[in-house]
Amino acid sequence: MSYRSYRVWQRNRDVVFRLWFAELIPPLFGPLIMMSALGLGLGVFVDIEGEASYLAFLTPGILSIFPMMWAMFDCGWGAYGRMTMQGVYDAVVATPLNVEDVIGGEIFFGASRATLQGVHILIAAALFTPAYDVIQSPLAVFTIPVAFLTGLIFGSIAMSFTAYAPSMSAYNFMFAFIINPMFWFSGAFYPLESLPPGLQVLAYFLPITHIVELNRGLLSGDMEWTHLGNLAVALGFAALFFSFALWAMRRRLVK
Amino acid sequence: MSGIIRARGLTKQFPGLEAVKGIDFSVEEGECFGLLGPNGAGKTSTIRMITCVSPVTAGELFVDGMDVRTHGREIKARLGVVSQEENLDPDLSVRQNLLVYARYFDIPNDTARKRADEALELFQLDDRGREIVDNLSGGMKRRLIIARALMSDPKILVLDEPTTGLDPQARHVVWRKLRVLLSQGITMLLTTHYMEEAAALCHRLVVMHLGKIMAEGTPADLIERHVGPQVLELHLRDNGRAEAMRVLDAHDGLEIEDELEDVIYVFKQRQPWEPLLHDLSAFEPHMELRKATLEDVFLRLTGRGLFD
Repeated sequence: MSYRSYRVWQRNRDVVFRLWFAELIPPLFGPLIMMSALGLGLGVFVDIEGEASYLAFLTPGILSIFPMMWAMFDCGWGAYGRMTMQGVYDAVVATPLNVEDVIGGEIFFGASRATLQGVHILIAAALFTPAYDVIQSPLAVFTIPVAFLTGLIFGSIAMSFTAYAPSMSAYNFMFAFIINPMFWFSGAFYPLESLPPGLQVLAYFLPITHIVELNRGLLSGDMEWTHLGNLAVALGFAALFFSFALWAMRRRLVK
Repeated sequence: MSGIIRARGLTKQFPGLEAVKGIDFSVEEGECFGLLGPNGAGKTSTIRMITCVSPVTAGELFVDGMDVRTHGREIKARLGVVSQEENLDPDLSVRQNLLVYARYFDIPNDTARKRADEALELFQLDDRGREIVDNLSGGMKRRLIIARALMSDPKILVLDEPTTGLDPQARHVVWRKLRVLLSQGITMLLTTHYMEEAAALCHRLVVMHLGKIMAEGTPADLIERHVGPQVLELHLRDNGRAEAMRVLDAHDGLEIEDELEDVIYVFKQRQPWEPLLHDLSAFEPHMELRKATLEDVFLRLTGRGLFD
């Protein structure tokens, strides 16, 4: 991999700018709708110990899950389309870029999308803060780099999946068995302690759980030493899957 | 061995298939060199090794003096690649396709913009710059792919079946543009299975078949060596075959190919045709004595069956 990954990042950025209406407007509304529905609607019936409001509990989760989804869409379905139907990778590897440059650039772009989504959510969270006490600490700004890290992890995971996907419909498996459990067992919607012990252990094997804990600490300001552990695990997942994605895509693309 | 592209014992092995079986060739600077062959001949595998996107299994391959095994990036920086598949970027406009591509080569924006304007003009796409790629016709897409390959001001233009699927008008436009580029001194490596295309563009060519090189030379050379100046085609009537074969057997110095059901091809290097034509005209099969073409060379060397 080299600085040339940036060329692929620039290519994707140009596409997003070209299609900015479709690319930049919808991501604003997804989180906003969920925050209103669950935070304001469901939240009326939920009382979590030590939380100012259900929305305050939920927001770190949303700040983890939506960046995850965007990175996975981009490096999953999106990457598959660019690789197969659109022939983008074929065209690019005929230039001075190699496969690692292309895949690295794609994952970094997925992570950038995740970061942008994080910024959107943080802005929404700030709007809710006066009434629901969502952001309780200036440490909240660090959720932005965490969103980037989230994008790296899940962009890499989706790209690893892409390296083996035989068709677009294979992503049904990614949705059912990777995205879905991450979504529901991450501790985004309820405290993990309320799960049966077996499922609790399982949840800690999911990278998203560590991201949710980090974001929860950053928004509330209650940082503990265990958060360093969460960060280490998250960085470990990112390094592992990023390297794996580069290796697996070289295997797929270089024949 | 000289040459801007030099291959010796070049081999490409895929699991269960040896696509290129130890070929030798060299391409001189400034020439248009053709790789001809039917599907499955190993043309694209050879091209993919030259363009450093597919690793060499065995043998030597140097492009512009550099080993493809160690200098992939440097080599790719000097090549313009026109792939067989249409792989323009559908998410970008026509002009953006050129500019974004130039950026992959680290070409400064000003230079890229200037080259894009020139390329769009040369390929008659200057009024299409803002259009999305999907709105272009097949011929325009092809021209844009070639224009794109020129953005890096390449030393060598590599074209893998550049006109497959185009209508005759569009093909002739592409050929005319490629000849303009040749006259400006670019080196071209071309694969095709259109013999007309090879004849229209190539200074020198090799005929490949099942991973091997069957013959090498200028188009005229190859026709002279493998076919002779003229070919006689006999189009047989229902029971004409036996009679025709009897007449043909009575003449010396003929080479006959009658693998097809209803046509016999007769090749003859030296002796005059008149006595044979006279004898054949006795029972009047439909026959045509015509000028030999590269297509005859191609079919003689690679057979008349199907290979894929």
